Amino acid sequence: MSYSAKVIDHYENPRNVGSFDQNDENVGTGMVGAPACGDVMKLQIQVGKDGVIEDARFKTYGCGSAIASSSLLTEWVKGKTVEEAMTIKNTQIAEELALPPVKIHCSVLAEDAIKAAVADYRKKHGEPV
Amino acid sequence: MQLPIYLDYSATTPVDPRVAEKMIPYLSAHFGNPASRSHGFGWEAEAAVEKARAQVADLIGADPKEIVWTSGATESNNLAIKGAAHFYGRDKGKHLITVKTEHKAVLDPMRELERQGYQVTWLDVRENGLIDLEAFREALTPDTALVSIMLVNNEIGVIQPIAEIGALCREKGVIFHVDAAQATGKVAIDLKTLPVDLMSFSAHKTYGPKGIGALYVRRKPRVRLEAQMHGGGHERGFRSGTLAPHQIVGMGEAFALAGAEMATENERIARLRDRLYAGLSGIEATYVNGDLEARVAHNLNVSFAYVEGESLIMAIKDLAVSSGSACTSASLEPSYVLRALGRSDELAHSSIRFSLGRFTSEEDIDYALSLLRQKVAKLRDMSPLWEMAQAGIDLDKVQWAAH
Repeated sequence: MSYSAKVIDHYENPRNVGSFDQNDENVGTGMVGAPACGDVMKLQIQVGKDGVIEDARFKTYGCGSAIASSSLLTEWVKGKTVEEAMTIKNTQIAEELALPPVKIHCSVLAEDAIKAAVADYRKKHGEPV
Repeated sequence: MQLPIYLDYSATTPVDPRVAEKMIPYLSAHFGNPASRSHGFGWEAEAAVEKARAQVADLIGADPKEIVWTSGATESNNLAIKGAAHFYGRDKGKHLITVKTEHKAVLDPMRELERQGYQVTWLDVRENGLIDLEAFREALTPDTALVSIMLVNNEIGVIQPIAEIGALCREKGVIFHVDAAQATGKVAIDLKTLPVDLMSFSAHKTYGPKGIGALYVRRKPRVRLEAQMHGGGHERGFRSGTLAPHQIVGMGEAFALAGAEMATENERIARLRDRLYAGLSGIEATYVNGDLEARVAHNLNVSFAYVEGESLIMAIKDLAVSSGSACTSASLEPSYVLRALGRSDELAHSSIRFSLGRFTSEEDIDYALSLLRQKVAKLRDMSPLWEMAQAGIDLDKVQWAAH
């Protein structure tokens, strides 16, 4: 598989790897994918009182483009409001990383991950998902 | 030590320099067509082809007249399987038997025959990758015309008990084909005693050139085939097409070297493989795929749990290895061989095949081990599965959202 320089950069120097306390009420956690399919992404957002995402963390089991998609996503969501984060599309991720066609599902998974993280955060705060 | 380190000898091997040297004159000085009977150019090419035929026959305990040149093991398998099924299927019946862990070059011809109206039994393997002889015996029917089972598996390196399988085939009068592409120079083959009717070979897995192979066709008792390639009637009608003397000379020399050196070479490679195995055993949650005893010396197939194979391959780009992960292939299915062993999809995705060879050194192995220790740890730090496993969560009990 030949990857773009951006995928390789994110893969070799992944941004924001790690975990927040899942029970912290300011943290939203999204876990998507399945080991049997070869990729599992865990994305966490830490949201401030103003609804702005202050920080993000990820852990990913998967191929190079799955790791790069989640790493890029953590960079993109920081500083965005929760609503803005919900508008990130997989096509934007795929385009930014120049993912080959067989790897588009990795960007889809990243979009699912942010949606799941926001849903978890909203659930904790009694907001409609 | 030169980077990257080649540890993919089961995919292909470099042509041994001693082999290349023998091949070159047949590209220019001795360019004749071995089928030319009317002049010296043809005669010398023919002599070279016949010498190589004897060299190949010699390695496997066959008569040179039992060797048919082909373009490689894929063609040999096609000729053997379709050729024998078409010839014997008319009288004996249209039932064929093979194993789920065979190479695609056996599975696909079988599937094609299925499409043509044959019935195929696809045997399971046990957890160690070996077939169950009792299950095999039960699969044989009065209609069985042909059985095809490989000697050495290309992914996990296990050695099937072909002497026992062949004996059962003889008892029932069933033609027995063996794909031995991965076996030459790795295990001793003596067709004087092995009850095998057809055997496929490839040069490039044994330090010969790509694009040349052979099919062994037993003469006593005589095995018949329907040709798959029609033309000038070369190779006694089994396989038409002008022979490639430079390739053939290369295969002959490569097999002669394998015969002369395999005993000492396998001992050396086994020591290196054991060193690799000992080192990898020190990494937590690491599993060997396939039987460790009934296995060729140069193969080690290992699953690193909680780490995905393709990303591991990216991380260890100084090592040329292959993976059972779907992500390294065009399909999205992980290795069907590992799944046939009953390995979970997750462990199949996490597998790496290391195959060592003639030019692998101890230094190479030590470098590979230190790189693997470091990168597996890095990827596990990044893996949500590893985090969950460390927290004592049973991953099999988690409800995953399959996609």
